[in-house]
Amino acid sequence: MSSQPARRRRLEVEDIGDIAVVNFVDKKILDEQNIQMIGDDLFRLVDELGRRKVLLNFANVEFMSSAALGKLITLHRKLQAVQGKLVLTNIAKDILDVFKITKLDRILTIAPDEQAGLQMF
Amino acid sequence: MGPEHTAEVTIASDLAEARRIQEEIEAALQSSAYSERDIFSIKLALEEALVNAIKHGNQMDPDKRVSVAYRISPRRFEIKVTDEGDGFNPEDVPDPTAIENLERPCGRGLLLMRGFMTEVAYHGKGNVVSMLLDKDRQEAAAE
Repeated sequence: MSSQPARRRRLEVEDIGDIAVVNFVDKKILDEQNIQMIGDDLFRLVDELGRRKVLLNFANVEFMSSAALGKLITLHRKLQAVQGKLVLTNIAKDILDVFKITKLDRILTIAPDEQAGLQMF
Repeated sequence: MGPEHTAEVTIASDLAEARRIQEEIEAALQSSAYSERDIFSIKLALEEALVNAIKHGNQMDPDKRVSVAYRISPRRFEIKVTDEGDGFNPEDVPDPTAIENLERPCGRGLLLMRGFMTEVAYHGKGNVVSMLLDKDRQEAAAE
């Protein structure tokens, strides 16, 4: 391939105290390449930027398949390994069922909204 | 559109083509007055089935194709996805909800298809999957 497509921003990261609050730019988290890049950006927060508290706000996300779940689990494990914490918030009802059916709601911390999520650190 | 809509299409082992089929089916479901919830369920199950067919079935081989046949009636959505791979035995897939597997990064597609659709069945050597969303049975189960 002679040229790579321009790398666009997929996450908005805001610092609230020592917590990295992450919003997704995309409404649909699909496609392997896209998910790979989202995963890389999320892992960079922990591996390179040394963040230990990460809140993922799903308010903008309307659709997500199982391919994205692997990245969330890896992020959760990375944070656990450094005594950090991952909290997910504002998950739409349909997508919440994705977490319930896969029973990932038992290992991931899920809060109804960002305010409640911030209290869980 | 009449009360029933059927179509049969064959696509290359390409996720962009899969996306096009998904959009076509979503538009047809919207014209048939399917609820947002039902459309989400079908889109998710279809995404998982097509990714399985293209990635795991056809191993992304550009010479292999995936055929998709579906029927939309007011109360039922039926779809069959066939790939040209070697198939698999769904019983061999480890249970991703077992404690020891919960943190594994993959293997949840089939579970989600079963969770969101009324019926999911594999046929032949396992390279054909049929799925059904029956509104009456979904509503009865939700009560």
